[in-house]
Amino acid sequence: MVLQSVWFFLWGLLWAVFFMTDGFDLGIGSLYPFLGRSERDKHMMIHAMGPLWDGNEVWLLTAGGVTFAAFPLVYAVMFSSLYSALMLILFALILRGVSFEFRNKVDSPAWKKVWDACIFIGSFLPALLFGVAFANIFKGIPIDQNGVYLGNLFTLLNPYGLLGGLLFLCLFLVHGALWLTVRTDGSLAQRAESLAGKLWPVLTGVAVVFLAATYIFTPLYDNYLAHPVLFLVPAISVAAIVGIKVFLMQKAFFKAWLASAATIVSCTFFGVIGLFPNLFPSSIDATYSLSAFNASSSPLTLKIMLIVVLLFVPVVLAYQIWAYKLFSVKVTDDDLAHEEMY
Amino acid sequence: MDVVMLSRLQFAAATMFHFLFVPLTLGLSVLVAYMETQYVRTGDETYLRMTKFWGKLFLINFALGVVTGITLEFQFGTNWSRYSAYVGDVFGSLLAIEASVAFFLESTFIGIWIFGWKKLSKKAHATVMWLVAAAGNVSAVWILLANGWMQQPVGFTIRDGRAELTDFLAVITNKFGLLEIVHTVPSAFILAAFFMMGISAWHLLKKQHVEFFTRSFNIGLVVGLVSSLVVAVTGDMHAVHVTRTQPAKLAAMESHWETQTRAPIVMFAVPDEKNERNAIEIGRLPGALSFLGHHDVNAAVIGLKDIPKDERPPVLPTFISFRTMVALGTLFPLLTIVGLFLKSRLLESRWYLWVMLFAIPLPYLAIEMGWVLAEVGRQPWIVYGLLKTAHASSPVAASQVMTSLSGFILVYGLLGIVGFYLIADFAKKGPQPATENE
Ligand code: HDD
Ligand code: HEM
Ligand code: HEM
Repeated sequence: MVLQSVWFFLWGLLWAVFFMTDGFDLGIGSLYPFLGRSERDKHMMIHAMGPLWDGNEVWLLTAGGVTFAAFPLVYAVMFSSLYSALMLILFALILRGVSFEFRNKVDSPAWKKVWDACIFIGSFLPALLFGVAFANIFKGIPIDQNGVYLGNLFTLLNPYGLLGGLLFLCLFLVHGALWLTVRTDGSLAQRAESLAGKLWPVLTGVAVVFLAATYIFTPLYDNYLAHPVLFLVPAISVAAIVGIKVFLMQKAFFKAWLASAATIVSCTFFGVIGLFPNLFPSSIDATYSLSAFNASSSPLTLKIMLIVVLLFVPVVLAYQIWAYKLFSVKVTDDDLAHEEMY
Repeated sequence: MDVVMLSRLQFAAATMFHFLFVPLTLGLSVLVAYMETQYVRTGDETYLRMTKFWGKLFLINFALGVVTGITLEFQFGTNWSRYSAYVGDVFGSLLAIEASVAFFLESTFIGIWIFGWKKLSKKAHATVMWLVAAAGNVSAVWILLANGWMQQPVGFTIRDGRAELTDFLAVITNKFGLLEIVHTVPSAFILAAFFMMGISAWHLLKKQHVEFFTRSFNIGLVVGLVSSLVVAVTGDMHAVHVTRTQPAKLAAMESHWETQTRAPIVMFAVPDEKNERNAIEIGRLPGALSFLGHHDVNAAVIGLKDIPKDERPPVLPTFISFRTMVALGTLFPLLTIVGLFLKSRLLESRWYLWVMLFAIPLPYLAIEMGWVLAEVGRQPWIVYGLLKTAHASSPVAASQVMTSLSGFILVYGLLGIVGFYLIADFAKKGPQPATENE
């Protein structure tokens, strides 16, 4: 029981860290056609995420891998149920990944246009679809007792699902704009700053609507009502959202970015805590739901994986924080001139 | 077509495409790290230019390796959910360990390497490349242990209708997996060495950057020779182990129908699966198959006829892929040995340079054939002796898989064209001129 619960929250943590890290580059990619006016802007934006996006994306692989290892049944049912949505996300991520590498390799405007479009689609689509997928999980998925999904791609595109998509998109856009204020200079940084300022009320509005809709459409609040102390987590979200605005006004951009990171993590945890112990609830019958207790691996596997995670994730965090420190300074023209970069 | 067949096609397309890029990543990363170390140690600018030139080709290839790997990580769930539910307790942890131990290291440090030239000391920068190279090879270890477990499941018990882990140590010291590691990783070095020699040969044929590419070629020669010898030895060990653990695969590899002692290898054969015999057989080497499989010319080798029909793999692809791989495996050491003899007059040996240029695709072919042999030869099992492929797929609609398969073919097809075009383009452009100071 304890082991399974620990794994449930580790599972949530990995997704939260994925959204927190990859969130800013999905956001920058979605802003790319709008903020990247000149060729230099575009180079800047790509450089702003260039050294970090690949390491960020591995949190997704680890979240997926850990789902497989700790909750194989969830891995099986979740990814086969969300087949088409997940394939769309994966193809989008493929296009995004190669675009960084390919874009500047051929000196032709048409060529660059193609990969520019791929950067946008490859960032926008996953940002939206991850939100849609998670909102649907909060709401419950039509799976039967054999874990067979009784819907299709469009089942997921219900109003609450789309609202979740919108929320994720807003979170990532703000997160990305803030990272640009940290890493770029000149008019691009200014535009990113003013955009973050303009997006902030939108984000706040969408978040409030989402919280209300969650009460109507999902059983997420049950855990909170049973243990009111848990309301601390959404309270942190609120504080973090306010923090974004405060730091933004003080022009403390890195702090504003950290506040937005805290917003994303606490929002994810708001959902994860509400779900507990379910990982993949069924909307047809609660007894068909896959939970940490009925879908986990054997205690031996959970223990081995726990050792692996406790041993390696701190190491990963240490060197990733080092990488972030190395690359949280402004991109210079000298950097841009370096030819083996993207 | 049904979901199982479509999923097989999709998985085969996705892994084989992934594996077009994996070996070069594994081999070239180490070679680039070596060059950069040489630069740090000697201060010789040519090594720096080599690091940057080969490093650039490495990076294009690496990007394709990364993005094609991501889909694989999820396809066990999307397309093989019954498989995942059945073996996830054992198999999932290997994938998760691979991600947390290797992929993070690889992906974080590659970003630092690309963007960190000015930010890090020379020594630190070279160390970063070693970390990238090590991480890639560590990832190979874990994924091959995972694949090795599918070939020879160990360390588990069946409980509540699924395989549960009982002995982790047995899983990570599984002989099949270890043999895959010692065979596949050096085969990646063959590929990287031939890649380097082939591109160098092209420039040497045009007599440009002679010093630069002679040095590169010579590194390729040594690495190519050593690794092709290792691959041949471990391949032989592999064959012995396959004989013991997967007799059906061995029989299909050789299109061997009758169980017999002093079993022969037939130099040329055309399998006729319907009539359970070979339509044509030329050149029998009596006892050779017994020797290959058991290292004993008199040992008995099980023939396909003694294996139930529904447990036989498709003979033709298994047979052809093994032949191709072994033929190429014999060719590679020969080519490198010839190169050693010509080393001092490489520039004049134009025929040899031409041969090496056109040899670039051959290790790719050998490696893909190796996988076809390992995977097709395992059929109809997805986990040997435990779970059949036919029972492993997801309860999804065939139309969904049809759509995603079409997407894979389209997207991967285009990426492959663009990727190899760019690699060829930058390979042809050659290194930066020596005058540019760094
Ligand atoms: C023998 C080696 C080997 C084999 C058999 C495979 N791979 Fe691979 N994989 C690598 C060796 C590798 C690598 C060399 O480590 C790569 C290539 C490029 C790279 O970045 O790492 C990689 C990349 C890579 C990535 C991207 C990692 C990142 O973002 O950095 C994923 C998710 C996978 N692989 C997953 C798989 C799966 C699920 C496989 C089995 C079906 C598989 N690979 C077969
Ligand atoms: C990257 C190198 C690999 C290549 C080129 C490769 C190739 C193939 C091929 C050709 C098939 C289709 C066989 C058939 O349908 O007849 C296949 C199937 C499969 N392989 Fe591999 N494989 C590779 C690595 C792996 C690894 C490392 C794993 C496991 C970790 C794996 C797991 C599977 C599974 C689950 C299937 C689907 C079931 C099947 O059709 O056999 N493969 N692979
Ligand atoms: C010289 C003679 C060679 C022999 C006797 C040999 C033997 C074998 C055998 C028996 C297998 C099947 C293992 C299985 O069923 O899983 C295999 C697989 C494989 N071979 Fe070879 N091989 C040789 C050369 C090569 C060469 C030259 C390459 C590539 C450059 C290569 C690449 C592979 C790969 C990638 C696999 C699949 C992974 C694995 O099972 O290890 N082999 N080889």
